[in-house]
Order: sequence, then structure tokens, then C-alpha cells
Amino acid sequence: MTDSLPYIVAKYNYWLYVILMMIGLYAMIAKNNLIKKLVGMNIFQTAIILFYVSIGYKTDATIPIIQNAHGGHDAHAAVIHAADYINPLPHVLMLTAIVVSVATFGVAMALAVRIYQRYQTLEEDELRMRISEE
Amino acid sequence: MDNYPALIVVTPLLAALLAGLAAWIEDRLSYPIALMGLALSTFFAFKVLMQVIGSGTIHYRMAGWAPPMGIEYTIDLLNALVLLLVSGIAFLNLIASYPSVNQETNDRAASFYTIYLLFVTGLLGVTATGDLFNLYVLIEITSLTSYAMVALGDRDRGPIASLNYVFIGVIGASFYLLGVGYLYLKTGSLNMADVAHILSGIQGSSTVLVGFILCMLGIWIKMALFPMHVWLPNAYTYSPVAFSRVVAPLMTKVMVYVMIRLMVTVFGLDYIFNTLHLADAAVWLATIAILAGGVMALAQKNLKKMLTYIIVCEIGYMVGGAWMGNQLGMTGAILHIVNDALMTFALFLAVGNMVYKLKTIDLPDLKGLFGKMPWTMAGFVLAALSIIGVPPTCGFFSKWYLLLGALEAGAYHFAAALIISSLICAILFFKVFEICFFESLAGGHETAHGVVEIEEAPVSMLIVSGLVSLSIIVVGLYSGTIVNSIILPFLK
Repeated sequence: MTDSLPYIVAKYNYWLYVILMMIGLYAMIAKNNLIKKLVGMNIFQTAIILFYVSIGYKTDATIPIIQNAHGGHDAHAAVIHAADYINPLPHVLMLTAIVVSVATFGVAMALAVRIYQRYQTLEEDELRMRISEE
Repeated sequence: MDNYPALIVVTPLLAALLAGLAAWIEDRLSYPIALMGLALSTFFAFKVLMQVIGSGTIHYRMAGWAPPMGIEYTIDLLNALVLLLVSGIAFLNLIASYPSVNQETNDRAASFYTIYLLFVTGLLGVTATGDLFNLYVLIEITSLTSYAMVALGDRDRGPIASLNYVFIGVIGASFYLLGVGYLYLKTGSLNMADVAHILSGIQGSSTVLVGFILCMLGIWIKMALFPMHVWLPNAYTYSPVAFSRVVAPLMTKVMVYVMIRLMVTVFGLDYIFNTLHLADAAVWLATIAILAGGVMALAQKNLKKMLTYIIVCEIGYMVGGAWMGNQLGMTGAILHIVNDALMTFALFLAVGNMVYKLKTIDLPDLKGLFGKMPWTMAGFVLAALSIIGVPPTCGFFSKWYLLLGALEAGAYHFAAALIISSLICAILFFKVFEICFFESLAGGHETAHGVVEIEEAPVSMLIVSGLVSLSIIVVGLYSGTIVNSIILPFLK
């Protein structure tokens, strides 16, 4: 236990994303209400976005904007170390993933509205009962 | 010319935008635009296939950015074949769809065509791309459009089936995205060829192993491999018939293509079969999928739903063949992508014709159908024989390769499952034939002696149905050519 504690703390971002992801997955599987399932789905997707954002991070690094790169007087003199800048690529990827997750959420909400209009309920067990009655 | 690889994907995308806009002016405009877009796309796909066969793999750089920075479309023999398959089937289905769309989703025909085009764009993009993250985005485009399509179908059950599909689809895509994240962590690249090159040096890494398992899990959920199949039957049964006809043959097959692409191009067969020891488990999973799909199909009372369970069964064939670990199995799996797409398409075309005339297609509704719709049933019988695996049809040849591969690898359980599932399919389809042929129309004493009136589906639907059914035999006869000139050179 004492050995594994530093290990867990050192990689805390992975633990956090796994825990969040499992919360989301649990809600999607176990909750009865469709809106709660949707919330679970959103948590699940956000967990992966956080994972990507955290892997771009470097200790003691700054945002990847190079000062005076265009025509600054000492632009070419300064040596650029990649270690000084965080990796922007995972963040850029996540912009796309956020768009995808928003679109999915929108479609899912619209479907939930349609289901409610038709059956007047969003509880899964009641839905199942209504369907088997018909 | 040089831009054909991009044009294959961009043409349906632009057509989708145009079809959506044109619907504001006049609803009827969107159908010809959609037809034109897919016709062009099919033409480009054909050109690209010829080009690839003639002069080898095409590397197309999007906007001129060189990989690994830019997104690259890599078209080799396998993609080119699948691209032609996807665009061709989508185009033919659109021709056959006009009457059924007018009948089923009359008030929303324009939105149907727009979403249809976007769906095909997604599928073509998934097939063409050589970039792992781009693949994720395109998979999500495909999935989002199919969620919307399923909801356009049955007004009572459609939205519920679609929402369940959303939940499982999101889990699948997210697992894949996570797997790509792990690969990126280790390689710092997203280009498939570049990742493959870096991975070959770090095969023992556990990060790569986790990435591999997550990617495979995600793709398996998307392709509905047996325990992850629960979304598929309801989603495909309750969607509009014009959409089930295209999603049933293409969606799962394109996902099988993605799995083979990841296995062959990104991770490498050497890594999968010599470093990892997962192949046995995957073949067992496929074996169970085949048997479970067949048994569940036996329990169905609705023809459309029965066919969706046969898809679950067929997915087992392809996954098993790909994981067999020898060339015969992989050849069988790739050949089965083509063949299964054609035979499923032919079956669903026939189902589409029946739905158009009968409205409901529970098995008892099909009584006396041979007399009523002889041409539709001819196509149905041909496709059914192909699914069972009767020789001159194409289904026999891919099954033969899979069987040989299984015997060579010593996977006798998989070989047994193949044979048992052929028997199950034979039972299933002969049950349908019996109802359609021998049982006379309900209360049909007055028609028993007279000639049964022929009530066929519209000509456009019949022509497409006939064409595809004939192609089953043609592709069967030429399967040697396909294997020798496309699949074997790809696997070398």
C-alpha cells in the first residue's frame, strides 16, 4: 500500500479520468431515467476529453505561442525548446471531439423529447410496460 | 485525375448541402441532386479502383499538407474495392428508394435524402482515410446520421430504438477514441502509416496493448459482434426500409473493414499473432457470435428482424476469419465483406419490395407471396441461397475460404460453427419459402383455382433487385479474379 500510493498520486490524471468514466458508464447502464442516462453519457465523453487534455501537459511549460516569431528583433536568435511548450495537438483534437459530443447530445435530447411526446414518460420500466401493453 | 480520392467523399457531402438547400425552394429537387451526387461518387470510385489496380497505392494529401502533420487519404486495393462497393450500393439503393421514401416518409423526403447523403459521406470517408483521428470523426458522422435515420422510421418504436443505439454507439466510439489516445501517447502521431512504423519498434509496450484492446473493443461494439449486438436488431428493424436497405449491408461491413485495416496496416499481423495471444479468444468469440446469431434468428417472427440477426451471425464469420491468423482466413474475411454486402443488400431489397406492397412483414403475412410477387421472390431466393452457401452464388466461395482457413489453423470449433450456421440459415429460409409458396393466401379459397393476381413492386425497385441478385452469381463466378487481382496482392 505504501509503495503504490506515490504511484497512484504520480498518475492522478489517469485515475481521475477512469473514475469519471466509470461514473458515466454506471449511470448509462444502471439508471432508469433516460435523462439521467444522457447525463451519464455526457460525463463519459467528458472523461475522455479530460484524458486527452491532460496528456498534452508538461511540467513548467507554457502555452505554445512563440513570442515575436514574426519579425520580432530577436526572433531568430532565440532557440525554441519543445519542452518549454505544452503539446497543443491533443487540445485541438478535443475541440473536434467536443463538437461531436455536443451533436450527439443534441440528437439524443431530441429523441428523448420524441419519446416523451409519444409515451408521456421517460422512465425505462414504464416505457417497457407501455410497449408491451400495445 | 489526381483529385479523385477526395472527390469520392466530397461529392456526396456537397450534394447533401445542395439537397438540403434545394428543399427550401422545391421539395422535389433534392432527389435528383442526391442521385447525381452518388452517381458521380460511384464513377470516381470506379476510376480510383482502376487506377489502384493499374499503378498501385494512391497517397492523397488533404490540402497539400504532408503526413504525418496533414491528413492523408491512402487508397490501396482493399479501400478501393470497399469504396466502390459502398458508393455503388448507396447509388443503386437510392434508385430503388424513390417509391418507398414517398410512401414511408413522404412529408420528410428532403431530410431523408440529405441525411442519406451525409451517411454515405461518412462511410466513404471512413473507408478512404489514412488518419486515426479522422477515422473517429467520420465514424461519428456515420453514427449520428444513422441515429437520425432510425428515428425517422417507425413512429412508435423508432425513437426508443434510436436512443438505445445512441448510448451503445457513444460507448463504442469513445472506447475507440481512448485507444487512439493511448497510441498517440506512445507514438506522437495519428497517421496510420507513421504510427505503424513507430509501433514496429515498441511492440512489447503495455500502453500499445491497452490501445489495441480499446480500439478493437470500440470497433467491435460498432460492428455488433455478439455480446455487443443488442442495439442492432431493433435499430435496423424500426428504421425506414429505404435506410435499412443501405445500413444493413454497409455499416457493419465498413466496420469490419476498419478492423482489418487496423490489424493489417496499423498494428501489423506479426504483432497481433506473434506478440499477443488474443487470437484464440477472438475466434471463440466469433464462433459464439455465429451460433448465437443463428439461434436468435430462429426465434424471430418478423422477416426484417430475422434478417438483422443473420447480420449478427455473418459478423461472426468475418471476425473469425480475420483473427484466424492465416492468409486463407483473411482472404475469406475480405471476400466476405464484398459478398455479404451484396447478399444482404439483395435480401433487404426484396424485403423493401414486400414492405411496399404488404406494409407488415410478419411471417404469416407472407402467405402466397410466390404467386403474388414472383420477381421479388426470385431475387429473395437467390440471395437466401447465397447466405446459405449454395455453390454458384458468391456466399459459397467466401465460406469455402473461411472453412479452409479454419481447418488450416486447427480451429475446428469455428469450422463446425460455419457448417451449423449454414444449416440454421437453410432451416430459416426454407421456413420462409414454405410459408410463401405452399400456404395459400389467407381465406383464399376463391383464388385457389383461379390465377393469383400479380401485384409487384414498382419497376425501378424490381430492376435494382434483379440486378443485385444477378451480381451475386456474377461475383461468385469471378471470385477467383477478385482474390487473385485484389485480395492476395493486398495481403502481400
